[in-house]
Amino acid sequence: MGAKNNMPKTLYSEQDPKIRIKNFNEVASGYTPEQAVDEAKRCLRCKSPKCIGGCPVEINIPAFIKEVAEGNFEKALRIIKEKNNLPAVCGRVCPQETQCEKVCILCVAKKSIDESVGIGRLERFVADWGYENKISGAPVVVKKQQAAKIAVIGAGPAGLTCAADLAAMGFSVTIFESLHEPGGVLWYGIPEFRLPKRILSAEIDYIKSLGVEIAINKVIGSSQTLEDLRKTGFAAFFIGTGAGLPYFLGIEGEWLNGVYSANEFLTRVNLMKAYKFPEYDTPVVVGKRAAVIGAGNVAMDSARSALRLGAEEVVVIYRRTRDEMPARLEEIRHAEQEGIKFNLLTNPTKIFDNANGWVKAMECIKNKLGEPDSSGRPRPVPIEGSEYTENFDTIISAVGQGPNPLLLKSIPELKLNKRGYIEADSDTFATSIPGVYAGGDITTGAATVIKAMGAGKRAARSINEYLNQRTDIHSK
Amino acid sequence: MYKITAKQYLNPLICKITLREPEIAQKAKPGQFVVIRIDEKGERIPLTIFDTDKANGTITIIFQKAGTTTAKLYESSAGSELKDVAGPLGKPTRIEKFGKVLCVGGGVGAAEIYPGAKALKAAGNEVTVIIGSRTKELLILERELKEASDKLHVATDDGSYGKKGFVTDIIKDLLSKGEKFDIAFVVGPVMMMKAVSDLTRQYNTKTIASLNSNMVDATGMCGTCRVTVGGEVKFACVDGPEFDGHLVDFKELAERNNRFLKQEHESFELFKHKCKLDGCKK
Repeated sequence: MGAKNNMPKTLYSEQDPKIRIKNFNEVASGYTPEQAVDEAKRCLRCKSPKCIGGCPVEINIPAFIKEVAEGNFEKALRIIKEKNNLPAVCGRVCPQETQCEKVCILCVAKKSIDESVGIGRLERFVADWGYENKISGAPVVVKKQQAAKIAVIGAGPAGLTCAADLAAMGFSVTIFESLHEPGGVLWYGIPEFRLPKRILSAEIDYIKSLGVEIAINKVIGSSQTLEDLRKTGFAAFFIGTGAGLPYFLGIEGEWLNGVYSANEFLTRVNLMKAYKFPEYDTPVVVGKRAAVIGAGNVAMDSARSALRLGAEEVVVIYRRTRDEMPARLEEIRHAEQEGIKFNLLTNPTKIFDNANGWVKAMECIKNKLGEPDSSGRPRPVPIEGSEYTENFDTIISAVGQGPNPLLLKSIPELKLNKRGYIEADSDTFATSIPGVYAGGDITTGAATVIKAMGAGKRAARSINEYLNQRTDIHSK
Repeated sequence: MYKITAKQYLNPLICKITLREPEIAQKAKPGQFVVIRIDEKGERIPLTIFDTDKANGTITIIFQKAGTTTAKLYESSAGSELKDVAGPLGKPTRIEKFGKVLCVGGGVGAAEIYPGAKALKAAGNEVTVIIGSRTKELLILERELKEASDKLHVATDDGSYGKKGFVTDIIKDLLSKGEKFDIAFVVGPVMMMKAVSDLTRQYNTKTIASLNSNMVDATGMCGTCRVTVGGEVKFACVDGPEFDGHLVDFKELAERNNRFLKQEHESFELFKHKCKLDGCKK
């Protein structure tokens, strides 16, 4: 074993950038079984593996990789699904380079992320193998049927994970989702070329197969309140409504036609399938030159979608440097391969119109890096007099999201922090209201899918403890 | 799925449908709307709730054929199902005792002003309603609004019924004759709401306009419906749809609502073409 570990991480085949910028098909095709076995054999099987600690949902990584190396894909799937109900998603969208793969001994020893075991790629392989072969890999648990009903608000990564774990514990769980598809940001935010909808649907079907009910088109806070749900017999709640309120630039001209929030742009493209307009009814318009403000995953998704929708040139405008870009490394690489331009150390200051209410140009200012700010990253400092103007006909603002107040306003007694997010205990995820738990972006602000899943998982444990302590609810 | 239990054509452009929606019927208040999606490939569009029947668990919507989605809805028959309905959404109309209230509805706006007018009258206000349309054939809800108000005025652009002219001509008449209103509510095309707001501003009559912005999710997530009100950016879906008409930037609203005009036209032409091939009813 370990015979292959003098080789770098096994690459998998990707669509040629010149071709893929003309379609929305998935960029990376995933490992073949042979590649997966080869890659798994690179694992050194450390005595005290660090990778598990690098995973927010605590997957037993060395154990599943050992099974892959031996060709036991079903066993590998069962090991993953003991902890992770969305492995095909996580294998594709987790920032492995800052988590499990970063602490992999191969990466540490050779000081390169390209040397770590391809944990994310192997996870994706095992999950996809399960769906292709119709093997669910659901852990065999003898569950004690519990009497309590639990409501989960929001069918994003946090809510899906929390609901799946509670269902596995024997509770009856209903997720209330405001949109017409469950998945939250996985559905409306992440494009088809990065996370195909059929993969996401398969994972959500798996969660339903565990007994989770999903009620779509339910805007809790408006259609019904938490109190209404309590009256119909729900004994505990998990709020995972995410960070869905788009921030705008706060500069002149941002209301102009041709300026989108990334949320709007991506929702049109992903949820409403505007890239198939006019077969689908929802339109989206992209001009010849598009600017995307920001450099997180949402910005990369927007930039690459704009390119696929026919923009001749797409420029990412970011106030810091490449080192500080928050996007997943693979997304930055893919964007660069596809010909996305990067204007770094640059900040927009003003948007100009074409006299017909549409965007014509944008004024930006150059920055230099200063002292570290509260986030620990160097603060961008504008260079006086460095303003310049460039023509754009589409501008997509991907400068972050905040908490959507729709549900929160309907629960005035729920304690929020200064930024408007729900205040939840960092261990138990309990809020200021007994029986109400919250996790994911609605407590932390925009973060990663896997962090939200970790929160959902731990909140499920707390909800179980809470309900078992309550004497008014008895097990069947 | 969401079943259309009844359907009635009010005129060649406007149609009334009843949906079985017990939860929405329980919750809906005047001024609120639902978001619907007709089929798998459909757009999400907001439609104002015209009336609710709590006992039967139904809601009624009156809409005008204006684009692909409303044309599809116009073609759908009683007994058929919509893919998605979510609501009630948006902030309800402020219903309290103001005194003398003016309610103005232009075109299909007559249907949108109806629930508010009815509730305002029930709250003890003296309610004057003005409705207008291009021509007599397109006028809707005259009888219902007569019942829901103390005084009803009608204007048609071509003079085929009621007073010849616009709703603003009647408002001008009333205000110049010394009639005073404590508050006005207006629903209709953007330029009509602008004209009404400009007029009432001169008489210091507080005016609430219900905006018909384009929406996608309609839960405050995308910002497509953003509008400048008194210099601040607001989302029509969650902060509205009703705003102080004297503060709304109507020019911006009109431009934003025209953002996808070319695409909407393309989509509608395609729909009409398909209709021709399949043989549509209307």
